[in-house]
Amino acid sequence: MSELVEKIESEEVSAPKGSLIFRKIWHLRLGVIGGLVILALLLTAIFCPLLAPHDPYAQNISNRLKPPVWMEKGDWKHLLGTDHLGRDLFSRILYGSRISLVVGISAAILMAIMGVGLGLFAGYYGGQVDSVISFFVNCMMGFPFILLAMSLVAVLGPSLQNIIITLALTSWPVFTRVTRVETMKLREREFILAATSLAYETWRILLHHILPNLLPSILVLGTVEIARAIILESLLSFLGLGIQPPIPSWGAMLAEGRNYMLMQWWLAAFPGSAIFLSALGINLLGDALRDMTDPHLRKS
Amino acid sequence: MRTYIIKRLLQSIGVCLVISMISFFLLFLNTDPALVLLPPEAEVTDIAQFKKQMGLDRPVTIQYLDFLHRVVLYGDFGNSFVAKVSALQLVGERLPATVKLAVAALILVNLVAIPVGIIAAIRRYSLMDNLATLAALLGQAMPLYWFGIMLIIIFGIWLRWLPISGSDSLAHLILPAITLASWILPVNMRLVRSGMLDVLNQDYIRTARAKGLNERKVLIKHAFKNAAIPLVTVVGMQLGLLLGGAVVTETVFAWPGLGRLAVDSIRMGDYPVVQAIVVVFAFFVVIGNLLADVLAALIDPRIRLE
Amino acid sequence: MNMARVQAQELLRVENLKKHFPIRKGVLGRTVGYVYAVDGVSFGMQAGKTLGLVGESGCGKSTMGRCLLRLHEPTSGRIFFDGQDITRMGHSELIRLRTQMQMIFQDPYSSLNPRLRVSEIVGEALRVHHLVPRRDWANRVEELLKNVGLQADHMARYPHEFSGGQRQRIGIARALAMQPKLIVADEPVSALDVSIQAQVINLLESLKDRFGFSYLIIAHDLSVVEHVSDRIAVMYLGKLVEVASDKQLYLNPKHPYTEALLAAVPVAAPGGRQRRSQRKLLKGDVPSPIQPPSGCRFHTRCPRMMEICTLKEPPTIQVEPGHWVYCFFYG
Repeated sequence: MSELVEKIESEEVSAPKGSLIFRKIWHLRLGVIGGLVILALLLTAIFCPLLAPHDPYAQNISNRLKPPVWMEKGDWKHLLGTDHLGRDLFSRILYGSRISLVVGISAAILMAIMGVGLGLFAGYYGGQVDSVISFFVNCMMGFPFILLAMSLVAVLGPSLQNIIITLALTSWPVFTRVTRVETMKLREREFILAATSLAYETWRILLHHILPNLLPSILVLGTVEIARAIILESLLSFLGLGIQPPIPSWGAMLAEGRNYMLMQWWLAAFPGSAIFLSALGINLLGDALRDMTDPHLRKS
Repeated sequence: MRTYIIKRLLQSIGVCLVISMISFFLLFLNTDPALVLLPPEAEVTDIAQFKKQMGLDRPVTIQYLDFLHRVVLYGDFGNSFVAKVSALQLVGERLPATVKLAVAALILVNLVAIPVGIIAAIRRYSLMDNLATLAALLGQAMPLYWFGIMLIIIFGIWLRWLPISGSDSLAHLILPAITLASWILPVNMRLVRSGMLDVLNQDYIRTARAKGLNERKVLIKHAFKNAAIPLVTVVGMQLGLLLGGAVVTETVFAWPGLGRLAVDSIRMGDYPVVQAIVVVFAFFVVIGNLLADVLAALIDPRIRLE
Repeated sequence: MNMARVQAQELLRVENLKKHFPIRKGVLGRTVGYVYAVDGVSFGMQAGKTLGLVGESGCGKSTMGRCLLRLHEPTSGRIFFDGQDITRMGHSELIRLRTQMQMIFQDPYSSLNPRLRVSEIVGEALRVHHLVPRRDWANRVEELLKNVGLQADHMARYPHEFSGGQRQRIGIARALAMQPKLIVADEPVSALDVSIQAQVINLLESLKDRFGFSYLIIAHDLSVVEHVSDRIAVMYLGKLVEVASDKQLYLNPKHPYTEALLAAVPVAAPGGRQRRSQRKLLKGDVPSPIQPPSGCRFHTRCPRMMEICTLKEPPTIQVEPGHWVYCFFYG
């Protein structure tokens, strides 16, 4: 019998040593890559006036629809070509990073505050409060995001602030769900009981004792949501309901580029790549963060 | 079990109600049908009279209740301001196209996700696993419409293999379906993979192997059945994602479905149609969630006990 | 540090305390039954003394302890602390009360906030309740830590850097910060290794000698409360079965459940006590607190069961001064 057990044990899928180490480094490397991408994004957003060769708003009709530098008829003055109004694509993409970052981070912070706040109440107080909040969360999640976002933008008007508010209003439920579950688990831990028996004020228990223990999860979620917000903002812009031109939002550029897909594919390809790479980098970082903080996932 | 279903059913109805409320009030704030329907030269008195006629001067709650009454009993959302036909009818005309797209995408997704997820779980750390993880990662970061546009550029314009707009033939379905599928593929792949991983590590799998069962049987009969549970629940929730993705996909590919109708209607302030779409969408999403939950409870008795 | 004056009056009195937890089922959350965790417990405790509350897991002793601190709301009955009826006290008065009654928890791994340093854990109470002026906080924390046998340089560390026994000490220091009159220790050593258990119990005793606290020690193991308690109360399935002084319980146990508990205590000196040969093993399992047996709760396992035990609740019989048993056998 024991030989049988041994045979089974040895046949179990155990990763070859090398592969295991490789995977660890691979994960770390991915996280580092993600971090670098975000760093590049940040630097671009901050220093774009210095990096951009042209004013992103400067139009020059005679210069319109020039191809990127490596193609025939391209020149070094416009590395990635120009758009239908003669504006330099490269500069516009650089400035677009500002929009994306501002929108992404602001929306993420806003939805975190809303979502975590509600989640704390739902998780800590339970009972009726929880029922109401949970019901509301379910409603929000049942609402197709796109429609809600479009309607909100239509009501509020497509300005930068309103986009941020819209994004926050449509995505906060995720934070609430996670926070609520974790808070409920924490509430039963004895150090929370101790805080109650020591007669600490409720706000102190929530903010000083419960919240710090939630931070790893919130941080991971927040990172992913930044990426999502960036994509969703560009989505709204693409549908014409987001940032309005001439402000260089990557999504709006993509929408404009769609009209010229046939011949001037670069007008759509490059802004899209920018969105993709940014989101990818942020997601990589988020994944790495999650791997670091979640003991369960670390095993798989 | 019965109490669980009843509870979920009541919840679903409540959710639908709240959604209809939110959409109603949003649109109410947003558009003024008088401005849309009447010519620009209309006098103030004309506008007032028009409003009275249409019942638009009543308090909001009354209007909402009337709306609810009409919708639930007659399915009457009013007529589209643009097309002058019943809003619901318009929705009904466009619905099949979207359903076709969604179903195609769903089939595609699972056709790929399930085998890939299973293989990735079985042969951990292999090339397949790493590729799958990479693909999932990329997929999550990919803006849907960009993917669609790139597909159009590559397959439609450069290679000229597939048509890029309209919906006449099966060939027209391919690119949009792939695009929509990419929206959901990463999540599904990950789910299948982690579900299988969890299950494979359980003791009862070892027992099955120890009994000398054929490996294939072990996998399919025991492992996958249990791993399928989280997948089933997610599929229900994905209905919402699919519908959302459909909006974008249809816009990119000029596919004549509900999504495009939604975008156009919002832009033009055609609010009966928008309301109809929202309610229909929400209905499907809620039903999808409910079915998924009930199915999960059926398969996994543990859920029933909660 | 002041020595609390030992008073002849009662510090704590509990009268017919009951705590029932409703069981809800169904769509509307109908209450279909109750868990009779604590079902009519009465006892008194004097200041400066230690009362041991002993019973098996699930007998309601932890619930009892938490009711005292109003961490659970009692279903009925009354609690008097220092002469005051605290059962239905309002929120603001409760805060004042809480400074006088503190709890030490069972699990050293979850009773400390993993994200706070030791100095913050122990010192937070000082800050919240303004017990000591700001500039003296660090000194006071250091003092408290020293009192429990830890050192000043432990202040800046985090809980995960300490062993189980040390963590319990931190928990004790935290309770001490409030200078309470009564400390309820809920299974303070159950989660520790046997060798550490004695250390912590001894610490509790020495603290009592120094500062004059009163203790309510809750445990499932008689050997833990053996030499530190002045009086011991034995609990079974939500009710008391015997209350006596330490000596009385060991030398003259009356209730069959008490005898069984005593027989289960490992004896150090072989051939020491005669009781070892009289192993009184109980039959059966502990019944569920949702459907407790009729009459005397213990009758399903009692070797001396009589018919009346299934019909009525047992009376309170005084065996000797200060020694009560709840059993028909002695009636």
